Amino acid sequence: MCLTQHFWQFLVPGITLGSLYALIAIGYTLVYGVLQLINFAHSEVFMTGGFAGLFITQALVTAGLTPHGADSVLYTVTGLVGGAVFGAVVAFLLERVAYRPLRRRNAPRLVYLITAIGASLFLSNLAGKLFGRDRTNIPELYANDVVFTLFGAQVRVQQLVIIGTALAMMLLLDTVVNRSKLGAGIRAVAQDAQTASLMGVNINRVISQTFVIGGLLGGAAGFLFGSYLNVHYQMGFLPGIKAFAAAVLGGIGNIRGAMLGGLLLGIVESVSQSCMSSQWIDVVAFVVLILVLMFRPTGILGQRLGRAA
Amino acid sequence: MATPQAREEALLTVRKVTLRFGGLTSLSEVDLSLYRGEIRSVIGPNGAGKTSLFNCLTGVYTPQEGTIEFITADGTPTQLVSGPPRRRRSRKPHVVNRAGIARTFQNIRLFAALSAFENVKIAAETRQRTGPIGAMLRLPHARANERRSDARTRELLDFVGLRQVADELASSLPYGVQRRLEIARALATDPALLLLDEPAAGTNPTEKRQLEGLIRRINTDLGVTVLLIEHDMKLVMSVADRVTVLNFGRVIAEGRPEEVQRDPVVVEAYLGSTEEKP
Amino acid sequence: MTVGELPLAVRRPRRIDPRWLRLGGWLVLGALLCVMTSTEEGTPSDHWLVVRTALGSTKLIGWLLAGAIVWALLEVWRARGLGTVVSGRTAGVRGRWHEITGGRRAHWLFLGIAAVAAIVIPQFLSEFYQRVLVDQVAVFVLLAVGLNVVVGWAGLLDLGYVAFFAIGAYTAGYFTRALPVKPPFHLNPFVILPVAVVVCLVAGLLLGAPTLRLRGDYLAIVTLGFHEIVQLFLVNKNNWTGGNQGAFGIPHFSINIFGIHYQWTLASLPYWYLFIAMLAVLVFLFDRLEHSKVGRSWTAIREDEVAAAANGVPTVKYKLMAFAIGASTSGLSGVLYASRIGYINPASFPVVLSITVLSYVIFGGMGSLVGVIVGAALLTFLPAVFQEQNIVRQEDIPMWIGAILVVMMIFRSQGLIPSRRRRRELGLAAQGVSDADAMSETPEGRA
Repeated sequence: MCLTQHFWQFLVPGITLGSLYALIAIGYTLVYGVLQLINFAHSEVFMTGGFAGLFITQALVTAGLTPHGADSVLYTVTGLVGGAVFGAVVAFLLERVAYRPLRRRNAPRLVYLITAIGASLFLSNLAGKLFGRDRTNIPELYANDVVFTLFGAQVRVQQLVIIGTALAMMLLLDTVVNRSKLGAGIRAVAQDAQTASLMGVNINRVISQTFVIGGLLGGAAGFLFGSYLNVHYQMGFLPGIKAFAAAVLGGIGNIRGAMLGGLLLGIVESVSQSCMSSQWIDVVAFVVLILVLMFRPTGILGQRLGRAA
Repeated sequence: MATPQAREEALLTVRKVTLRFGGLTSLSEVDLSLYRGEIRSVIGPNGAGKTSLFNCLTGVYTPQEGTIEFITADGTPTQLVSGPPRRRRSRKPHVVNRAGIARTFQNIRLFAALSAFENVKIAAETRQRTGPIGAMLRLPHARANERRSDARTRELLDFVGLRQVADELASSLPYGVQRRLEIARALATDPALLLLDEPAAGTNPTEKRQLEGLIRRINTDLGVTVLLIEHDMKLVMSVADRVTVLNFGRVIAEGRPEEVQRDPVVVEAYLGSTEEKP
Repeated sequence: MTVGELPLAVRRPRRIDPRWLRLGGWLVLGALLCVMTSTEEGTPSDHWLVVRTALGSTKLIGWLLAGAIVWALLEVWRARGLGTVVSGRTAGVRGRWHEITGGRRAHWLFLGIAAVAAIVIPQFLSEFYQRVLVDQVAVFVLLAVGLNVVVGWAGLLDLGYVAFFAIGAYTAGYFTRALPVKPPFHLNPFVILPVAVVVCLVAGLLLGAPTLRLRGDYLAIVTLGFHEIVQLFLVNKNNWTGGNQGAFGIPHFSINIFGIHYQWTLASLPYWYLFIAMLAVLVFLFDRLEHSKVGRSWTAIREDEVAAAANGVPTVKYKLMAFAIGASTSGLSGVLYASRIGYINPASFPVVLSITVLSYVIFGGMGSLVGVIVGAALLTFLPAVFQEQNIVRQEDIPMWIGAILVVMMIFRSQGLIPSRRRRRELGLAAQGVSDADAMSETPEGRA
């Protein structure tokens, strides 16, 4: 069986990619939970994070020299925070400028979706115009050594950094959503926006916060992804769709579902490389998406942000 | 008061229907036998499960337990819910409609941006066989169908007395008129059974009297069996042949209006809640 | 959050006058436009080239000034309540205008004028603009008219529309022996038209059947994915599709029956007439479709899917029908395009093109045939002019399309020349009555 042959070689890259999908998927799922909107422009939040991380680290690192020790940690954290902050800013502006006027008019969902697509197209091509349309690598922030081997598969520093950061952020988010007042507001709006507003929840603020949280995670994922591969004005497109597929796989609107779906999708995608040539890998996510929609449209963990978030 | 003709012939039989939403039981072992030609009213306090029952009948919800059997126009009994316990399926709403059950909605659901005429016409032509090719080429049968549905629509608008507002936008009509338009739209699908969900809600006394007459005429002139959810007891008492009372998702009483009205269980149910009493 | 624990004074931050915020917004917009209209592009070695040159130039002052002037005018407008006064004054005129333009007669009059113009004007254009007319305007108007069925009438969002265009084009390539994989027989492009229609119809049904049962918004993502899969297939399946090089030498149209012999060539005008003849047929058929049982059923589904189903409209069937009609129109255009251009490759059908066609439909006014035709014609012709004059770079067109989509949705979601029904629906939706798309929950919920 081709699946088992190189399983371990593909497992760790799969988890790495999967944890990034999970971070992006959370952004989709959060927004879907409170607005029932597929925020197509989320992939551009991700891209923004990539570019922000790129520019920040380019400014920090002296060309050609790989930093080490405390510098490595400092630069990585700065890039991560920068990506997250810029991602959040774009997500916030997006909600303010594009979606809020529609909400005021009670626009039908088709209008929302078209706005989202328009915003996505605009942002990615604006970035393409401003920063050029070639792929750029984020400078190396640490020596990417092999840390240990797992059943013959090498595990590198970078993969551990990505997985670790992503897991930490997801744990933090899970706590915030389930334990804090902020999270309670989000869950309330997701369950029933009208009732929530009658109970004194400021819906607009909660929606803004949701976008900002999604933006923070998406932007951070953009930086991590950029450092793993490269930064490009269309870098958001495919990971965006795949992360959405992951969100649906886990149950759209369900945060833990998005995490699980992202990881699963990343692993499946990576492992299936041993069965097919890598050009066809991008098909896997869509096939998974269509299969899920056909056989279990509510996803693995079921929908609803309010309940099991 | 019209006595139900052919009392023994059941048109719709609901047996032990149970509907749950998560932990909440909305209907619990509901039994209901509807005879051909009668006007039956379902009453009960708010939240008793009346609209849920309608939604089970029309395929909007799938009850977890129980059976619903309907006798179609050609006399064959059809199960509206089927399948093994965990994979039960309702017939799709449009299939239920084609089988001969039409409905109106508690919170009027007209096609707001279309005219009254178009609202009825859409329903009148759903069973015609005109396909996209026939429509694009305006083939003879398509044109004949078009004429037929126009005539049927005018007939029904006359029947409910809305001929003069045929070209008005549905959303611009007064509430009571919208209710009648919705009934006309439901009738346009040629049902054997008409489900009316609180048709008198939000109407004034004059409109209520008109509605009472309309329901009777639907029953006698068109020979349509009527199942009526209503809070207005005066209307229920005057128009219904029999009344079924639901409370907390259970049938607590059934019988002729005056019997039900005196039933202590029913009085208790209504006085126990803060709703209007019978 | 700890707002409750903060002292009162801090809880109420001094609010900035919203007027200044608006000024800030306009100035930012001015700067953004200054950057957007720059004809340069960033490079990997100098990421900030555009930003530096654009914001460093004197042009910036002009844009900022323009932003400030617009702001000032709008503030005066707002302060004086001019908005209500003007809209009150012009209500009658606008009502008349809607009455005139919305009527059936105006509709046909417009189409008549457009037809005459379409026949006469191209004769006097230069070869460049004739080519723009055929390769851009005609192709995309055809595509937009087909997408209008899906988006405008059925209220579905199809983001893989151009994938069917590609399928149509490759079908043409296949049956004219231009692809590496050879057909058992060779067909004339005219005969391929119906074949491509059927192929795309079937493809549309296969894709739509599983997805259209679900919530409408999933269709958007699934179709997007479908487009991507088609792309990957075209690029990677070298021995069938010719990979990135694509296919060359697809023959032109020719008529060879009943003693009539005509051969289309590289010349643009004959193709232009072929395209508009095809368009005329489609518009004629689709117009009838809109005002038939089928069109009314679509409207019913768009407005209230639950009520439509309860009144016997098979909602999934009609959505599928719209989707398949759209797909086959797209396929038909694909054959015309392939035969006209003579070569096809995956790069001719990028995913962004689906969104581009969508923007034409939205811009013109979804649901309105006239609107969609005008929208597509304008948005294909103008960029060509701009490009020719070196005002806009070709790569920047998607950016402008995106901006147009967003601005249009915020300020005039019914489009340039809206259909009457659509305008009403959007108006009613704003008041919380009714709906205007087929994206809500499917009628059969689950308990």
